[in-house]
Amino acid sequence: MIETLRLLSRRPVALIGLGGVIFFVLLAYVAPLVVSLQDAPDVTSVYLSPSLAHPLGTDYQGRDVLNQIVHGGADILTVAFLAAFISTAIAVTFGSLSATLGGRFDAATLGLTDIVLTIPQLIVLIVVAAIVHPSSFLVMAVILALLQWASLLRQVRAQVLSLKERDYVEAARSLDLGIFHIIFREMLPNMTSYIVIHFILAMTQAIYAQVGLIILGLVPLSGENWAIMLYFARDQGALYFRDSLWYILSPILAIVLFQLSLVSLASGLEDIFNPRLRAA
Amino acid sequence: MSVTPAEVRLAARLGPREVFGAFWTHPVLRAALKAILTIWVTTTLTFFLIRLMPGSPVDLKIDELMQTSNGALTYDDARAIASGLFSIDLNAPLHEQYLSFMGNVLHGNLGNSFLSAGTSVTSIILAVLPWTLFAVGTGLLLSFSVGIALGLLAAYRRNSFFDRLVTTGGSVVSSIPNYLLALMIVVILGSQLRLIPIAQMRGAFSPGMHPGFTLDFIGDIFYHASLPITIFFLTQLGNWILSMRSATLAALDEDYVVAARARGLTDGRITTAYVGRNAILPLVTQFAIATGFVLGGAVVIEQIFVYEGIGLRLLAAINQRDYPLVQGILLITTTAVVIANLAADLLYGRLDPRIGRAGGATG
Repeated sequence: MIETLRLLSRRPVALIGLGGVIFFVLLAYVAPLVVSLQDAPDVTSVYLSPSLAHPLGTDYQGRDVLNQIVHGGADILTVAFLAAFISTAIAVTFGSLSATLGGRFDAATLGLTDIVLTIPQLIVLIVVAAIVHPSSFLVMAVILALLQWASLLRQVRAQVLSLKERDYVEAARSLDLGIFHIIFREMLPNMTSYIVIHFILAMTQAIYAQVGLIILGLVPLSGENWAIMLYFARDQGALYFRDSLWYILSPILAIVLFQLSLVSLASGLEDIFNPRLRAA
Repeated sequence: MSVTPAEVRLAARLGPREVFGAFWTHPVLRAALKAILTIWVTTTLTFFLIRLMPGSPVDLKIDELMQTSNGALTYDDARAIASGLFSIDLNAPLHEQYLSFMGNVLHGNLGNSFLSAGTSVTSIILAVLPWTLFAVGTGLLLSFSVGIALGLLAAYRRNSFFDRLVTTGGSVVSSIPNYLLALMIVVILGSQLRLIPIAQMRGAFSPGMHPGFTLDFIGDIFYHASLPITIFFLTQLGNWILSMRSATLAALDEDYVVAARARGLTDGRITTAYVGRNAILPLVTQFAIATGFVLGGAVVIEQIFVYEGIGLRLLAAINQRDYPLVQGILLITTTAVVIANLAADLLYGRLDPRIGRAGGATG
């Protein structure tokens, strides 16, 4: 862990990524505790340009944009984290079981994985969301996760297949330590780097899908979040007003910068964990 | 003709499992079987989503019919009308409903649109699908060819300024969600700077244009598709650059490249025939996967640019609760993506002679 942080500190891109992720987590979860929500409409101050009172201007109802950005991160981050967690759990459990058990279980899992990888996921997601109307975080995260686990599962399976032949795994098997001990205690620690990177990338995918669904208006809207801001910006025609630039750009930049932070962190970690790339 | 004991044993063993096994080990048949399975799973999933979900489209339609008739329709009447609309006999047992639904799908009968009575779902899809395929296909092919060229060049000039610029730029742009890039184009280039006539570029072609193979019409459809194409191009480009760069770097280390150099072949020949050809191979499979991804993203992109493709139609159908059309579009797009994957699988076998021989490495 300390070694990882030391290596990370030598890579500016990864460091910026880590800084960005920490910044957005603080912004989304800590800042709302300090700054209270101001969502009372004020028709006298619609689409104001940035000023000291409103650093990012105001929206179509005259509400402060910065205030909405502060209060609009938690939902997006929570759903992304949950979705990444569920999909990683599915991929790791079934990927390693599939590789260790082999046989028909393996064939069935691989077949299902191929199918999930082939279908156009966002379209399926759009149709499912339109029928199911996911109204809670958990339902939303589960739906996102169910379409996300496939590529990680394949990689976990391949990793386990190669780890299976190592001496220490043979030793554990000959001691009859049981399949769950072998998978979770012997093999998993060797795949941590892999899983962490995929977890981060799964979060970016979950954000992509989630924000897309909200912008299209397919998810029941409740509360404040960056994507809902964009939905209303489109719905209210703010896209075509010249004065509303910062109102639209703010949530876009928040999402894009958070995505960029996650991607840079992931690629920085990949450099560190993969010595072959490090040497190059 | 004498029958050897081995042949008798073989004939006796040829049960359904063996036939399936034979299919499974043959690479082409296996790819085809997977394609059919994928389409079947999606079809089945939509059927059960529409039939069994609480508050499913069928239930909603029945409620809606009863409400709009102000009590003139009983539940059974409304149910009968809904049956007709969904072309499902709701009184039949579920498995029979499923079988007749599958039968209809196999005959290419995807039902009728709720809204425009008598218009078949198939005809609506055929009217909008070409535009989406055109925009998505052009964008993908463009990003693929440019990305491969840039990636190859970046690998050759490893760690140069060009390499850094292209790889950083590519990875930054490709991590921006494509629909957000589209929104930025509308807001900045369209509304703020007024450089692009966003409103004029809506639709698949200008009103009053007559479809045909005229230069005017072709120019016009490119004009209207140019924004979606730009988005697909920009957001996919980075992936191709990065993949091609790392594939080229790996190929450059191979013994056969060293050997080709030692034999005194020209750099140009080594780049195209030895390095490039081998580096491109893994990207063929990625291309098929990208098709599915881009087609999904197209739904949001078309909505933002108001481009008359299948995505815009899908959203309209969802908002109007036109479920036969929703279901039809899902099936068609899935089929299109599955066929792209199948084609990539088969092409891969042709391009790489090592694959498919002696049931060699697949997946």
